[in-house]
Amino acid sequence: MGSIQARFRLDWPGFTLDVDLELPARGVTALFGHSGSGKTTLLRCMAGLERAPQGQLTVLGEVWQDPQHWLPTHQRPLGYVFQEASLFPHLNVLGNLSYGLKRTAVAQRVNLDAAIELLGIAHLLERKPERLSGGERQRVSIARALAMSPRLLLMDEPLAALDLKRKQEILPYLERLHAELDIPVLYVSHSPDEVARLADYLVVMEAGGAVAAGPLTETMARTDLPIHLGEDAGVVLDAVVAERDTQWHLARVEFPDGSLWVRDAGHAIGDAVRVRILARDVSIALEPVHGISIQNGLPATVEKMAADHHPALALLRLKVGPSPVLARLTQRAAAGLDLKPGMAVWVQIKAVALIG
Amino acid sequence: MLLSPGDLQAIWLTVRLAGVVTLILLLIGTPLAWWLARSKTWWKGPVGAVVALPLVLPPSVLGFYLLLIMGPNGPLGQFTQALGLGTLPFTFWGLVLASVFYSLPFMVQPLQTAFEGIGDRPLEVAATLRASPLDAFLTVAVPLALPGFLTASILTFAHTVGEFGVVLMIGGNLPGVTRVASVQIYDHVEAMEYLDAHRLSAVMLGFSFLVLLALYIWRPKPARGA
Repeated sequence: MGSIQARFRLDWPGFTLDVDLELPARGVTALFGHSGSGKTTLLRCMAGLERAPQGQLTVLGEVWQDPQHWLPTHQRPLGYVFQEASLFPHLNVLGNLSYGLKRTAVAQRVNLDAAIELLGIAHLLERKPERLSGGERQRVSIARALAMSPRLLLMDEPLAALDLKRKQEILPYLERLHAELDIPVLYVSHSPDEVARLADYLVVMEAGGAVAAGPLTETMARTDLPIHLGEDAGVVLDAVVAERDTQWHLARVEFPDGSLWVRDAGHAIGDAVRVRILARDVSIALEPVHGISIQNGLPATVEKMAADHHPALALLRLKVGPSPVLARLTQRAAAGLDLKPGMAVWVQIKAVALIG
Repeated sequence: MLLSPGDLQAIWLTVRLAGVVTLILLLIGTPLAWWLARSKTWWKGPVGAVVALPLVLPPSVLGFYLLLIMGPNGPLGQFTQALGLGTLPFTFWGLVLASVFYSLPFMVQPLQTAFEGIGDRPLEVAATLRASPLDAFLTVAVPLALPGFLTASILTFAHTVGEFGVVLMIGGNLPGVTRVASVQIYDHVEAMEYLDAHRLSAVMLGFSFLVLLALYIWRPKPARGA
């Protein structure tokens, strides 16, 4: 077993990739960053589609490359989903799905059936790719990668080429993947929303380097990084549905030392869910506030204050029990309340998004 | 029968020559076109230029050099003589060899364009699906370039049929061996047999038109990555 160790250095005119990462052996790792930050290049290096001469890559104990050895792409047991579905136009859906399967020694028909089921494409098998919608194509290409039972799944912005509606069509499948898949997934994205929904581990890329890497909740709550997230700075918390208020269509989700009322999305009591709280939706009060429309107020401790992306703004990191919460407020408000690390305050949370 | 036995013999010889040349060029031209389409070395510039030379070179110039090389004192001539095969000029296979050079760009260039049109992505996808480079070439690149193969084969065949200068230089005018249709027409005209020249010319005209018509009407859309 073990994890994934990846060390790559590439020098191109005007661009240098230089990363040294250790990534978890399970769950979804998001490679997050702006375009040009090197996340796709890193993924291509891992797949062997780019050749980094001094690179080193060990996946779950298997050496895929080191300075002396280099496995070509077709000998690496991986699955790769490209940004555009890139189905073979001369084969129908089943032909596309079986292409890799036929070339895999350990191929099992059961994996193909499972992939078809997981992505909901059983009714499309006879179709040619040109007769599929963009969303269907991408589902087929994900199933095609999964059918080979890869030991590592690499996904390069699989949703970026799709419009919002198609994205919404595919995201539930990706969430199922996240829940049911037992292999490590590297997911390249520049969308904080996708990262919040799908990732367990987050690597933030900038200018060819990894500027942060760590578990999702911690990494997203880092005040020295949110500059990368801009307006979307916020935290993601894992929670459990504890109570449902059918009269008002609300559900109470619990996380250690706190709970929040969110819109009821039909989850059963006991379901594990994720909630995302954006920093801009959190305000601070020195004591419990009454006579306010905001339903979620929680006691918290100020942990850290940092500058934000605009000089008028401050980003506050607080703790609700062990869980981090970010709050964005103006520097003037922070000064007016005389906020300092260690202070006990109340956070008023205006909006909580239930994701996944 | 409108055409004389001599005409029919010439047509059959022409078809045989064009068929053999097309087959040989499919075998030689495909890897060459693949290399030209995929390679990134500076080398491919000069090689591409050499491949294209027959497009601009007078057939007599090409024929002249080939004659020297294949002749009794040329390197290829010495080689074929050492093998006990005699020399190639004024034989069917000499004509085949000359035509292979002469029609090379008509095979290589459409194929190169077709291969370039496929792009890197389908081959990268094939690699991530465990296909070795050869496997990916045969199961992805060739099917996707099929329209290019058709165009290249038809052009090569038709261009070989239309050869004249190189044939005269290398093959001469031996009935059943090197006297192809274009040379046969030349003979008819020389002998003032205008009616015979008309008949055979009309056949050639009709054939050429039909080939081009087929190319222009039924041109399969190049398969696009989806």
